[in-house]
Amino acid sequence: MGKRIGIENSIAAADAIKMANVDVVAAYPITPQTHIVEHLAELVADGELDAEFIPVESEHSAMSVCCGSVAVGARTFTCTSAQGLALMNEIVFITASMRLPVVMILANRSLSGPLSIWNDHTDVMSVRDCGWIQVFADNGQELFDHVFFAFRVGEDPNVSLPVMINIDGFIVTHMIEAVEYWDEEQVKKYLPDFKPVNVLHPDQPITMGAFGMPGIFSEAKKNQNEALLASKPHIMKAWEEMARLVGRKYEPVETYKLEGADTAFLTMGSFSETASIAIDKLREQGNPVGQIKLRLWRPFPFDEIREAVKGIKNLIVIDRAISYGGPGGPVASEIRAALYGEKGMPAIANFLCGFAGRDVTPDDFMKMYAKTGELLKGGRTIREEDYILYGVRE
Amino acid sequence: MPKAVPKSELDLGWKDIEPGCAVSQPGNAAQYRCGDWRSIRPVWDHTKCVKCGVCFIYCPDAAIHKNEEGYFEADLYYCKGCGICMQECITGCIKMVEETE
Repeated sequence: MGKRIGIENSIAAADAIKMANVDVVAAYPITPQTHIVEHLAELVADGELDAEFIPVESEHSAMSVCCGSVAVGARTFTCTSAQGLALMNEIVFITASMRLPVVMILANRSLSGPLSIWNDHTDVMSVRDCGWIQVFADNGQELFDHVFFAFRVGEDPNVSLPVMINIDGFIVTHMIEAVEYWDEEQVKKYLPDFKPVNVLHPDQPITMGAFGMPGIFSEAKKNQNEALLASKPHIMKAWEEMARLVGRKYEPVETYKLEGADTAFLTMGSFSETASIAIDKLREQGNPVGQIKLRLWRPFPFDEIREAVKGIKNLIVIDRAISYGGPGGPVASEIRAALYGEKGMPAIANFLCGFAGRDVTPDDFMKMYAKTGELLKGGRTIREEDYILYGVRE
Repeated sequence: MPKAVPKSELDLGWKDIEPGCAVSQPGNAAQYRCGDWRSIRPVWDHTKCVKCGVCFIYCPDAAIHKNEEGYFEADLYYCKGCGICMQECITGCIKMVEETE
């Protein structure tokens, strides 16, 4: 077993990328992703990591370089946030459709404007449908573990898809935590060498990124969608093997104190841990409350969500993003779609909070619980448009 | 590993598509039927044609070939009816005729 050390999560993530023996890093600096990439640049400059560090002129170029390097069979990493993601947007979709297993850490930050550098999930929600495997890590340890997971799953010849690890900017990236490092043997055992499904090589020329006419485009999209759906068992296997190797078991949907609960919070990202504290307090006060944490965002874990909410009457879905003029928060929208028509579907209350780094404390979760009780008083049903931007001053 | 070459993209189902839509067989655009984009088609007047091959050289889609008698003709599976052959023909033997079907 590796050493447990106190370290800034971004530095730990960069160390994990080094331990994963990455070949190419192409990235453009943007807050709050910066420390990850800076540390990787340092490791390359100091000769501790034998990789190409390509200081590109923009995020659009970063992702383009990543596509090219994966296409020749190099293990490739990039990292960005918010506006950087927006700038590389075009290539993000192409990476998935070309089935190029780039690994990206997205240090979640609010999309402008107003201009902000702080955390929420508006950036990731802008690429919800990009075709990548998307997971959320709630703390430094989860981030560290998921670096190896991402390379392993993405590069698996049965999967061959890019993987995005979402972490909350500042809240996770700049925090100093105790992170248990893997040792070299564990990494070796878990992460095989990258053997790409398609590779650009003069000995066997192929065309990548060709034109698709209407006569073939729909078939190409079904092929891509099926590939993402078919990644699920490989994702599960990668988490199971990680549990055997390092003793931490991750699931697409994780639960906390759900037994006997009639109300549950559904959270995604770092404030899941904050919500857990609120649940402890609410339980102490005799309230039957539990928690459902969404880790795997794409492919969406429909079965696990349906299983988790069984017996839950009221579901409080917390979103850290807004769909302007739409059904409130993107997570609640997905959860409603997943549960629509299910027998005993819970009432769903949707709170939108934590925009651009505004703190969401355990006390806030307790207030949201109380507010949900008020909303549902007298058998009233909650309609889709009843989402609440929590804590907004009148 | 060479695979059976489909006649047209319309013979391909979603399972036939290679991961990432990679194209492993060079030159397979030749299987793409673009002839049905055509509204006019080239017709050669053999009384004027001197078999010089200028039409063959200028055809941007390599849709013109030489037949057994040495005259040039268009493969209507590919020919989009752009009319470049008619424009470049030295003797003016090529006419573009409206497709009636």
